[in-house]
Amino acid sequence: MSEHRFTVNGREVRVETDGSNPLLSVLRDELALRGTRFGCGTEQCGSCMVLIDGEPAYSCSREVATVAGKSVTTVEGLSNNGALHPLQQAFLDEQAGQCGYCLSGILISAAALLKRNPKPSRDEIMQALDPHLCRCGMHNRVIRAVQRAAGAGP
Amino acid sequence: MISNTLPLSLIDNPILSQWIAFEEQGRVRIATGKVEIGQGILTAFTQIAAEELDVAPEQVRIVSGETNVSPSEYFTSGSYSVSVGGASIRLVCAEVRSLFLDRLAEALKCPVGELSIENGQFLRAGKPLNKDYWSMKGEIALERRASGTAPTKSPSKYRIVGKSLPRLDLPAKVKGSAFIQDIAPENVVHARVLRRPWRHARLAALDETAVRKAAKGPIELLREGDFVAFTGASEIAVSRAAEVARALARWEGGTPAPDDIGEPAWLKAQASRDRTVENGQPGRAQEDRTKSGRTVQALYSRPFLTYASIGTACALAEFKDGALSVWSHTQGPSILRDWLARALGMETAKVTVFHRQGAGAYGHNTADDAAFDAAFIATRMSGRTVRVLWPREDEFLAAPISTAMAIELRATLDADNKPADWTIEIWSPPHAQRPGMNGNANFTGAEALPNPPPQKELSDIPDERGGGATRNAFAIYDLPRHRVIHHMIPGAPLRTSSLRGLGAWANVYAIEGFIDELAEIAGEDPVTYRLSLLSDPRTRKVVETAAQISGWFERRPLPEGCARGFGFARYKNIASFAAVVAEVEVNEDVRVKRVWCAADAGLVISPDGAKNQLEGGIIMGASFVMKERVNFAGGRVANATWADYPILRFSEVPEIEIALIDNPNEPTLGLGEASVGPTGAAIGNAVARALGKRIRNLPLTRERIAATLLAD
Repeated sequence: MSEHRFTVNGREVRVETDGSNPLLSVLRDELALRGTRFGCGTEQCGSCMVLIDGEPAYSCSREVATVAGKSVTTVEGLSNNGALHPLQQAFLDEQAGQCGYCLSGILISAAALLKRNPKPSRDEIMQALDPHLCRCGMHNRVIRAVQRAAGAGP
Repeated sequence: MISNTLPLSLIDNPILSQWIAFEEQGRVRIATGKVEIGQGILTAFTQIAAEELDVAPEQVRIVSGETNVSPSEYFTSGSYSVSVGGASIRLVCAEVRSLFLDRLAEALKCPVGELSIENGQFLRAGKPLNKDYWSMKGEIALERRASGTAPTKSPSKYRIVGKSLPRLDLPAKVKGSAFIQDIAPENVVHARVLRRPWRHARLAALDETAVRKAAKGPIELLREGDFVAFTGASEIAVSRAAEVARALARWEGGTPAPDDIGEPAWLKAQASRDRTVENGQPGRAQEDRTKSGRTVQALYSRPFLTYASIGTACALAEFKDGALSVWSHTQGPSILRDWLARALGMETAKVTVFHRQGAGAYGHNTADDAAFDAAFIATRMSGRTVRVLWPREDEFLAAPISTAMAIELRATLDADNKPADWTIEIWSPPHAQRPGMNGNANFTGAEALPNPPPQKELSDIPDERGGGATRNAFAIYDLPRHRVIHHMIPGAPLRTSSLRGLGAWANVYAIEGFIDELAEIAGEDPVTYRLSLLSDPRTRKVVETAAQISGWFERRPLPEGCARGFGFARYKNIASFAAVVAEVEVNEDVRVKRVWCAADAGLVISPDGAKNQLEGGIIMGASFVMKERVNFAGGRVANATWADYPILRFSEVPEIEIALIDNPNEPTLGLGEASVGPTGAAIGNAVARALGKRIRNLPLTRERIAATLLAD
């Protein structure tokens, strides 16, 4: 057990835990941020995606000790004082969801994409979201939602 | 006309108050036994209730799958939710509306026709009466049987049904809230269960010291028979223990699966219960039509598949003062309650199941197994809340499995190269072993306990309930002589059960592939050939619409390696119609570039919700035929991760265009499974055209394409 300090959604946190514990567990169990999801634990499905210093990263097998001093953003950190992130609004506008389990991770990767490429093409969106599995099959709605959030329209 | 005959759910739950209650001012509670599994059902029910009651959708609150409140409605499956559950809510709400208005008309001594309702407020000649459902609720006893005879609204008057109400559950989901996996009670006991590698395996050895060491934190072991659970306050510790135990456990006995299980030769070699159903239309077979005498035969097959939900199964349970509460994402809350009670030797009245949403369900998954795990462990830890989560590996290795099938088609052609005689012969284990089916509990955990009850003989779903292996085996075309031969294999050493469409999508793949083969022999366009075998106007319209929106008959030249294919079916021959055109590009791999789908679902509650379901079915149908296959090695499932069981990814999805055929005066037809089969068939037919060679053994992977091309 040791203390780990990092920033989550703009707030500094200190967590007393085993440094080898996965970031995902720390977020969910220690910090009660349960929007980030467990899907496979082996970086194969994208459900657990968070931003670490602005870059998408799997949290399911990321040791918490390795994020010391870094800035972590989860799906709860996308909205601003209750106002939805433009991507969240666009997902609602396009009704981009069925069961919704994969959405947290997809929103995170989409946010990172729009930051580095404000006007992505359909192909660029598909490539950026390729780490994410969705079994309900609402991929095209997600692609349209990202285009909408980028201001390009569907 | 939409019929007012009572749907099954209303026959089973005939009292109005089982469905509806007027709660605090301005709110209506609608109870349902159907549950949200990603298909948007709670939004659709809200629309139906609001429409018939003339309240605003915001005034409706749905209680779903809570067995102490909700009606018992079997499983949320088979595309029955709107057509049976929704139809029940419509009749109940229409009747309740009538009861209130009749009472009001009597009190005011005015004709009912002068009265109307807006947002639950009663009006006379358009003027508010200062009365509403809530002020009058004391005058109307809802503890009475539904008659089902109250007039329902005419679809031409609909204001809410037929419009795309945004999904009610989505705002919370884009913010990251609201799944069963996120319920975190104080002092919860986390648990993981060691799964057996195959059915009836006995645990020969488990190094408990090594497991405890690997957990790196305090855990307890609970062992009864071959049921082994690891419990503790730390979720990380119990999950580490389970991971190590899976690798360390040594098993013996039982029924390991052979490596070639599911191959057509294996299926055909199994003992089976056989039956033949003749159901052609002999009248059409004019004996003076000279048969060409040409016979055509083809063997199609599909492998084992898994439902592969993105979230893993989760359940919570608490046993206190002799009563058991269970939180589960089951598809059948009341059935789960009944069979948990039986499996645990409890009275049904002492068990309550609360449905909570999990990740999407596409068939019989591990939700019920997880519920049993949690419930059983809870009975050994009275007073504590037990939370079970399945590891991803167990989802692949120990889940119910969608069975492989072999499907042989034979036709004798007439002088016009149309089928004069048609036979479909199917070899398949059963497609449904949900809790309670065949009188078996079907919980994998219960089977591992000491002295489990002997398993009762398996059967498949009968044809009159949609069939399992025979679902959509009865070709929809006008066929003078039509024969289905069904070899039901009861002894497969696997828990074969339901996946979206059961046997339907493979039968549609085979039938629609075979129709294309016959069209080719006839030298006809595949769509023209189909239309020559379809006389029903409603059916023809769906086929023609798909051809039209895709520009099928314009025959525009396609790039090198590209081709289009067609696929059509009416799901279960009683639910929605869907016709699909797929455009594929075949290089080293198959890529599906575009898909067009025309569908007729009768009265559509939410057009966007319907399209969402059809789109999902298209993606899943494409994934099934292009990528998916469960393999076996060493007696067990060999695919333990997503890397071993790929599904269609973002970089591979086609663009999709959907045309819903407006038919508001026809009853709503289930459509959750309608597009899956036609999509796979259209892709198979497109690939056959692109390659000049047909792949009949799925999936359409690079290896199979190479093997098929080399086979000549």
